[in-house]
Amino acid sequence: MNGFFDIPSDLQHSWSGLIGLHLREGLLPVAAGLLLALPLAQLCVRFRWLYPPVLGVTTVLYAVPSLAFFVVLIDYTGQTELTVMIPLAVYSLVVLIPAIVDGVRSVPEETLAAATAMGFGPVRRYLQVQLPIAAPAIVAGLRVATVSSISLVSVGALIGNQGALGNLLAAAQKYDRPELAVNSVLTTAVLAILCDAALVLLRILLTPWMPRGTGDRREPAVRRARPEPEGATR
Amino acid sequence: MIRIDSVTKRYPDGTVAVDRLSLDIPDRSITVLVGPSGCGKTTTLRMINRMVEPTEGTILLDGEDIRRQPVTALRRSMGYVIQNAGLFPHRTIVDNIATVPRMLGWGRRRARERAAELMERVGLDTSLAQRYPYQLSGGQQQRVGVARALAADPPVLLMDEPFSAVDPVVRKGLQDELLRIQEELGKTIVFVTHDIDEAVKLGTMVAVLRRGGRLAQYAPPAELLSAPADGFVEDFLGADRGIRRLSFFPSAALELTTDAVIPADAPAERIAASDARYLLVTDSDGRPLGWTEPGEPAAGGIRTDRLLPHGRPFVPGADSLRVALDCAVLSPTGWAVAVDDDGRVTGVVSQQTIAEAIRAAHAQGRTGKTEVAR
Ligand SMILES: Nc1ncnc2c1ncn2[C@@H]1O[C@H](COP(=O)(O)OP(=O)(O)O)[C@@H](O)[C@H]1O
Ligand SMILES: [Mg+2]
Repeated sequence: MNGFFDIPSDLQHSWSGLIGLHLREGLLPVAAGLLLALPLAQLCVRFRWLYPPVLGVTTVLYAVPSLAFFVVLIDYTGQTELTVMIPLAVYSLVVLIPAIVDGVRSVPEETLAAATAMGFGPVRRYLQVQLPIAAPAIVAGLRVATVSSISLVSVGALIGNQGALGNLLAAAQKYDRPELAVNSVLTTAVLAILCDAALVLLRILLTPWMPRGTGDRREPAVRRARPEPEGATR
Repeated sequence: MIRIDSVTKRYPDGTVAVDRLSLDIPDRSITVLVGPSGCGKTTTLRMINRMVEPTEGTILLDGEDIRRQPVTALRRSMGYVIQNAGLFPHRTIVDNIATVPRMLGWGRRRARERAAELMERVGLDTSLAQRYPYQLSGGQQQRVGVARALAADPPVLLMDEPFSAVDPVVRKGLQDELLRIQEELGKTIVFVTHDIDEAVKLGTMVAVLRRGGRLAQYAPPAELLSAPADGFVEDFLGADRGIRRLSFFPSAALELTTDAVIPADAPAERIAASDARYLLVTDSDGRPLGWTEPGEPAAGGIRTDRLLPHGRPFVPGADSLRVALDCAVLSPTGWAVAVDDDGRVTGVVSQQTIAEAIRAAHAQGRTGKTEVAR
């Protein structure tokens, strides 16, 4: 395979440079999405009626093609990475908000009651109880968001070489070098898999308290049986 | 003392969970709130640590309105134990127990030492300290819940059906443990349950609530069993309240007879001389072997392999009339066997004698006041 890593000079990056760029364009939006999703999800947990409309809005935004986003954004942010990253961040919300809401809601009622009864204020309760217990669900959401974000970065190629590894696809056509397209697809896939593995590792490190062998179970293993007969027991 | 003063709780949807409830909860004793599901027990308990605010009325702690101190300070001075323990799944056992001390600003070392001390107190092996809650059984989790509530040595303990979700054997163990801990620590405990047996066993005072959060009766358990205030309480106590009430009468005064007790190596003429229908045979140490009928031919002494089983014996000083009666009812001869602490027979007693003792105890109960102190 001669020229597999021989990147055309008009892309202005080496192969490893493209990888760095790709990771930045793929991961920063997820991080931004998470920062945005955390308070939004908390509002949805706090005010239940807010959840369906928020979910609806994120779904509609997800359905907007990235090209349409680019057309709107390009007037403000130009042909930059930012123009690529903003839609990606918005897309990540559709996965992250439900993941966080489900995670926070999965905290057993009695655990919350115990925290309140021990004198936890709302902020301390959120940071020290709800968020850590929601961690597995949040990481599960992050995995989906990250993988899809990494594969979506390539569309940035549409607005003047902002697609990182995706630019190789255009280059492959332009210079009639199909090996560049193969390189693009393979490298992107490997990046996605590695990022996913890193998140799995993160979850394992974050949750020594989860029963082993439950994989991606979203709910913490806390006894949930609560038999209370209707009448009195005699 | 906790004084609940004509407190009403109306939830926003209009449900009246508690209706003008007044209750004086004495210090250093276990006060049980009991009643059918949905009668407002949890609401009442949660008003004491202000997880629920009363719609009307006040709650006083040692004479002071509980609203006069910051709510977090109030809660940290009251341990809270709930069904399924409500442990933090993401924290180790030792960190679960050390939660409140840490919040109160104790150093990590001191809090952990305290946690280890409490694990022993509630009967948990300290080797479990670094485990996570999912690695413990339901009963062990519940013990951790009790230890966590005791961690900062609060004067008050609020317990909401803490033992309802564990199996009966474990529950009995936890109840006994609670009584023992209470004897050592003397907390003011408010204990909620829907199980009247649990209420009678644990309570110094028992408040029976009816649906709609109205107080049906507030009395020591013995008085509850002997004089239920109305049909609801009587129903709630169940059909065998008369038998259960016998738990409160000691068996020490039962008149035992030794006429029908003989050692296994007794001579034949002594057996023949007896006019008892059954004889209890003992071994050389005085421990019971079983019953025999003197009418049978006793060639070569008593055949100890042919005896009727003697059943479970009772200990007159320690066991109640209920236990003595149970022994007599279960005995194949209708006689209960009394033993001392070492298991040596001190005599036998018939169902008729026990029945007389019950009548006497009832008569005394009507004239004298019941023995349980407030
Ligand atoms: N937050 C709430 N909002 C409305 N009604 C409630 C709420 N909590 C409890 N209730 C109602 O108040 C009544 C008493 O509830 P509770 O105190 O939990 O009873 P218990 O603990 O004796 O089972 C029930 O009818 C219950 O449905
Ligand atoms: Mg309840």
